[in-house]
Amino acid sequence: MADFLQLVISGTATGAIYALCALGFTLLWQASGTINFAQGEFVMLPAFMMLFFINSANLPLWLAFLLTCIVAMLLLGYAFKRAIVDPLIRHGVIPLVIATLGLSIGVKQLVKAGVTAQALPFNSPFPDGLIALGELKVSYADVGTLLVAGLIVIGLQLFLNRTVTGRAMQAVAQNTDAARILGINVQRMVLYTFLINAVLAVVAALLVAPIYLVKFDMGESIGLKAFYAAIIGGFNQTRGALLGGVLVGVMENLTGAYVSPSYKEGVALLLFLVVIIFRPEGLLGKSEERKV
Amino acid sequence: MSNAQKIGLLVLLLLYAILPLFLKNYGIYLMTLLCVYLMAAFGLNLIVGYAGQMSIGQAAFYGIGAYHAAILLKLGWPFFVVLPIAALACFAVGLALGFPALRVQHHYLAFATLGFNVLVYLVLRNEEQITGGTFGISDIPRPSLFGHSLDGALPFFYFCLVSVILLAAVLWWLLRSPWGRAFAALRDNPIRAESTGVNITAYTLLAFAIGAACAGIGGAYLATLVNFIEPGQFSLSVSLLMLLAVIVGGSGRFFGPVLGSVVVILLPEWLRFLQDWYLAIFGFAVIVLMVYLPGGLLSLGDRFKAGGGNR
Repeated sequence: MADFLQLVISGTATGAIYALCALGFTLLWQASGTINFAQGEFVMLPAFMMLFFINSANLPLWLAFLLTCIVAMLLLGYAFKRAIVDPLIRHGVIPLVIATLGLSIGVKQLVKAGVTAQALPFNSPFPDGLIALGELKVSYADVGTLLVAGLIVIGLQLFLNRTVTGRAMQAVAQNTDAARILGINVQRMVLYTFLINAVLAVVAALLVAPIYLVKFDMGESIGLKAFYAAIIGGFNQTRGALLGGVLVGVMENLTGAYVSPSYKEGVALLLFLVVIIFRPEGLLGKSEERKV
Repeated sequence: MSNAQKIGLLVLLLLYAILPLFLKNYGIYLMTLLCVYLMAAFGLNLIVGYAGQMSIGQAAFYGIGAYHAAILLKLGWPFFVVLPIAALACFAVGLALGFPALRVQHHYLAFATLGFNVLVYLVLRNEEQITGGTFGISDIPRPSLFGHSLDGALPFFYFCLVSVILLAAVLWWLLRSPWGRAFAALRDNPIRAESTGVNITAYTLLAFAIGAACAGIGGAYLATLVNFIEPGQFSLSVSLLMLLAVIVGGSGRFFGPVLGSVVVILLPEWLRFLQDWYLAIFGFAVIVLMVYLPGGLLSLGDRFKAGGGNR
């Protein structure tokens, strides 16, 4: 039983990272109808940036993190919106999906060719070691990951529900036209969403880099998991991304331990396929109407 | 198609058929690979360009075809028995995957195919007894035609070239049939097409399954061309690249996949000095293309014509 609980806890910690990534994914979808297939690369780039600030500029981790947040907001938030999403969103979902696929390949290969093809180590922001709670042993890294991710999620929820800006952003997500009529600056709210997505990606990078190592293709896996998580939980629900992320993380751990390590991804993947086929709006989502 | 276009096409085809006579084995291999890749890409164009569905799992069908062919050929089955089996297997799997995915919501086929591709990759990698796992399957025999061996690079090239032309002809005929014409209606406005009596689900599903079968045929040829297959050849990234190839060439244009396949198969070899930079440039070029020329490279011609008409 202790084993099982331990697996669930560490799975929840990994899942929390997926959830952060998936959260950004669903926010972008709700606010602007963007399906970002480069979401994984949005985690990979900040990981490299932080490493650059730490190793080359000898900055402490917290400063590197803050600087990376600023760069990411400019590059993955503002520039991404202005250069790719704004010109393409008028043409519908598909051209934008294709463009983000191109972005994903482009960024990945650019880092591979221009920076390094090797995996670089990244020191964990949390201390080594285990906390013993009776039979249960939990690592500081897992607890730290859960705490950081939890704080970010709670902070984000408070911002979205309790501030005027946050509520305006939700209004835009629910009904863009109505929001515009009510005098909300839609473009600005959408931009905020992109900035939030960038910051979520940086936090995910900080948490995942010590586990995955920093490599040009580290985003492939995390991007895919975030994608599963977003769909499983419900594409148009913020809570859905959280549930989906944790589910994927826990199932991965349990499958790896009890079924077969080589099918670690398998059960989450099956759930993903079952959800698509039988409950396309996701576990917590609401179905969307078809428009002519 | 105008007469001038027909002649142009014929000349290009002749050039493509003659060129390998002057190439070494590796060059011939690449040109053969293009033919094989095209079979799958033509199928994908049917799904993406004509039925208006996103499929991010064409490599999974490519793989299913290749592994069926490899396993059966190693058992000594003749190629022309194996080929229809590979195609039918993909057709059936396509129906089984497409039916539930298309029934629910339109763009969910993209997600389902993505998940399916990862699943197929996992199975190919892990079921070692059947698929050889990461070691793959090697020494896959090449077919012979009327007693003539196709082991040589040149004979096999011509075999693949003729095969892909035949496949393209069948698809061309299919798209010109009343059945094919319903596609245009479907892609442009599915709800309107439905109101005029086109059964959306049935048409899209068949298009998806036929596209999958094309990939299965391509996979069978790939297995015999390379003589060796392993799961990495059929991963999700292969599907993504193939999708980009079809769109870059011009999805919904019959010869779009040809141009797109040249861009992803032949051009990287020719521009080898660029190494990893090639794909980096390709990725960003896709974004630029989507912004300025969403119809793909082949729509450039129309663009010029439209520009000339305005002046």
